[in-house]
Amino acid sequence: MNQKILLTMKDISKSFPGVLALQHVQFTLRKGEIHALMGENGAGKSTLIKVLTGVYQLESGEIRMDGAARPIVNHSPQEAQANGISTVYQEVNLCPNLTVAENLFLGREPRRFGMIDWKTMNRKSEALLKSLEIPVAPAAMLEECSLAIQQMIAIARAVDMRCKVLILDEPTSSLDDDEVEKLFALMRKLKAEGVGILFVTHFLEQVYAVCDRITVLRNGGFVGEYETKDLPRVMLVAKMLGKDLDDLAEIKSAHSEHRFEEEKVPVISARQLGHRGTIKPFDLDIRKGEVVGLTGLLGSGRSEMVRVLYGADRPDCGKLMVRGRKAKISKPLDAMKLGMGYLPENRQRDGIIAELSVRENIIIALQAKRGMCRLMSRREMDEAADRYIDLLQIKTAGRETPVKSLSGGNQQKVIIGRWLLTHPDYLILDEPTRGIDIGTKTAIQKLVLSLADQGMAVTFISAEVEEMLRTCSRMLVLRDGRKVGELSGDELNQETVMQTIAGGGEDDG
Amino acid sequence: MAETKPSVWKKITSNRLFLPVVCLLVVLLINVIRTPAFFQISIRNGVLYGYIVDVVNRASELVILAVGMTLVTAASGGQDISVGAVMAVAAAVCCQILSGGKVTTSAFQNPLLLAIVAALAASALCGAFNGFLVARLKIQPMVATLILFTAGRGIAQLVTQGQITYVRVGTYQVIGGYIASCPIPTPIFIAIGTALLVYLVLNKTALGLSIESVGINGSASRLVGLNSTMIQFLTYVLCGLLAGVAGIVASSRIYSADANNIGLNLEMDAILAVALGGNFLGGGKFSLMGSVIGAFTIQALTTTLYAMNVSGDQLPVYKAIAVVIIVTLQSPVFQEFLKARKVRRRRTAEGGSCG
Repeated sequence: MNQKILLTMKDISKSFPGVLALQHVQFTLRKGEIHALMGENGAGKSTLIKVLTGVYQLESGEIRMDGAARPIVNHSPQEAQANGISTVYQEVNLCPNLTVAENLFLGREPRRFGMIDWKTMNRKSEALLKSLEIPVAPAAMLEECSLAIQQMIAIARAVDMRCKVLILDEPTSSLDDDEVEKLFALMRKLKAEGVGILFVTHFLEQVYAVCDRITVLRNGGFVGEYETKDLPRVMLVAKMLGKDLDDLAEIKSAHSEHRFEEEKVPVISARQLGHRGTIKPFDLDIRKGEVVGLTGLLGSGRSEMVRVLYGADRPDCGKLMVRGRKAKISKPLDAMKLGMGYLPENRQRDGIIAELSVRENIIIALQAKRGMCRLMSRREMDEAADRYIDLLQIKTAGRETPVKSLSGGNQQKVIIGRWLLTHPDYLILDEPTRGIDIGTKTAIQKLVLSLADQGMAVTFISAEVEEMLRTCSRMLVLRDGRKVGELSGDELNQETVMQTIAGGGEDDG
Repeated sequence: MAETKPSVWKKITSNRLFLPVVCLLVVLLINVIRTPAFFQISIRNGVLYGYIVDVVNRASELVILAVGMTLVTAASGGQDISVGAVMAVAAAVCCQILSGGKVTTSAFQNPLLLAIVAALAASALCGAFNGFLVARLKIQPMVATLILFTAGRGIAQLVTQGQITYVRVGTYQVIGGYIASCPIPTPIFIAIGTALLVYLVLNKTALGLSIESVGINGSASRLVGLNSTMIQFLTYVLCGLLAGVAGIVASSRIYSADANNIGLNLEMDAILAVALGGNFLGGGKFSLMGSVIGAFTIQALTTTLYAMNVSGDQLPVYKAIAVVIIVTLQSPVFQEFLKARKVRRRRTAEGGSCG
């Protein structure tokens, strides 16, 4: 293949206060190729795109476009567009209350005597839609079109603005299979016309269906660029998840394989529990003293599964038994009263209550469980806060410090303390170690194992397979909102886990 | 720096009530300069008399409204702009029951207690309506309460059948006047009592903490088991109820139910009181005391302007100027500017001493 190079990004670095979001990342896009950008959450995909489109300013490195003598610097998405780089986001950035034609020509309407020339606009729209084979009338209202059509119109708009590089940021996450197929047809057509497409998605199937090349990022670093046909799925998953080696290897061996065998009845037992649109019906049993891991790529349903268990999303089918009794959980408080605790995936959005103090953040769940009228005494609150600050070694100036001024790891510990204070039988930890330093990470893993030793049932979710292998006695694998495997004993090794996550790719692995 | 513990001065200035108090003091100071007799209190006809008594007395309705507004603001990050109209509804219900449906009465046609309870129930119902729209249907507070803001006075007119209902009974005037021979105006007791009661409810139950939590992060609050919807709803009911109390006080002052004028424009003053009290209008942590101080500041300002012979028509202009100054002083940008200036000064001072 001797394709002409369209865009090169070299040695790109970008940092935010306290985080190196991108370190010496490179990316090359050729004429007429579809290039997937892959990586787990926080790998730096969005940052890279935002640097490319001028939303963020790059700190070092350079971006070169074919035809430009000097490196280009985009200060805004408009400038990027002028340079031939257009982006279509997951949420369509168009006006739903305007017609298709109006959306196509918004801001650059053909004019006649200073007025919008509707005739020309509709004619041009029709021609454009026809050339891209998008089945919609120019006069139709955008909001009446399906999401896929809306995505296509956004793409058509970009194409008509003579873009050379088209960025598709997770365009398929809210489309069904038919719609995805239509979108792919359009992508292939553009590819044949020589447009370079940068495609971001979490769905492996889609990568292998349309992409020519894959660039993998991990933790803000560049992992590599591969031809799709040379990179088996398992390898891709391995590259995305990485294999950090740290000082944790011995944890698991220290953990006594103490099982609470006498307990026949599972603490949690789900039968065909599901929630439309997020997680397909699943069965799950979790026993006392057991750490069960949920794994799968982002968007596979691992977080959605626990949200249904905890009542954060109300299940719409199936039943749930707690300690052998049928339980009706329609809101988090119901789950808490049955002895559950839940550390959510998104600490900032769903976890901490930023302006409240460490003390208030720790006691809030227990207080809510007790009810509005039975306010904990100030002494009880202080003691509880001090106990968990001490036990979990939370680094804070004092118990009255606002929790927002703590570091991420310490905020996470505050939330763990919040749940331990309620003495749960079943604790859900969704990504408790994300974005926190290695020391705290180890501490949290040790804590999980010691809680299990004391008889607590734990569900542990992490993007790092290594970490899960160390802590979990059993692992459930999810893919595309479905439970696809359950591993225990000898099956708990990196190889098998990754095979199961990737699925469908055993023959090329 | 060899400072081991923060100085007393620093402790005072870093208190969140510092600026609201300073603003109140500045307004009072201007008063004293303009009207030396401002703080003079005398007894005339057996009751306290003087500018300052007038300020505190007249501020009562505003204090009560500001308390309710604070809660609504904290829990929902929005304001209830219907409180003025709800005051009119409560006044109309109260007077109409007392007069037994007639335009004017010189004797209670129904027990006073019944009238008060009915008026409060009506205002709580208005609050519940607002609360339902905001908490359950997730309509923006400003839009949701706009409905009663416009319709409330119409409802009050319907209740009084388009008349101004007069209740010319001494007992009714006690609420907005004086109890027997007590020289202190009754509204002051009612305002202080209400604020104190709400304060106790918030701090002796988990309601205060829950309101703050829901206002800061509704999603996280739900996941720790708080019923965000219920808590927001409750604050609106409470806000309506308090508007009812203020409405009864206002109506008793003029012993009538004037649907067009009771509580007119008071909702804006109440929102302003919350803001002047150093509370963030986007919700979250709040200080009741701050809002109460804010309410007194506004009333002091109004009285000052009257004392300076500013006519009622021009009043809003001067008030607006004063408010702009106060709000600017408290704005984060201005605070940053002051801090930066202080640092710069310290640096030049140190640079000078070190050579």
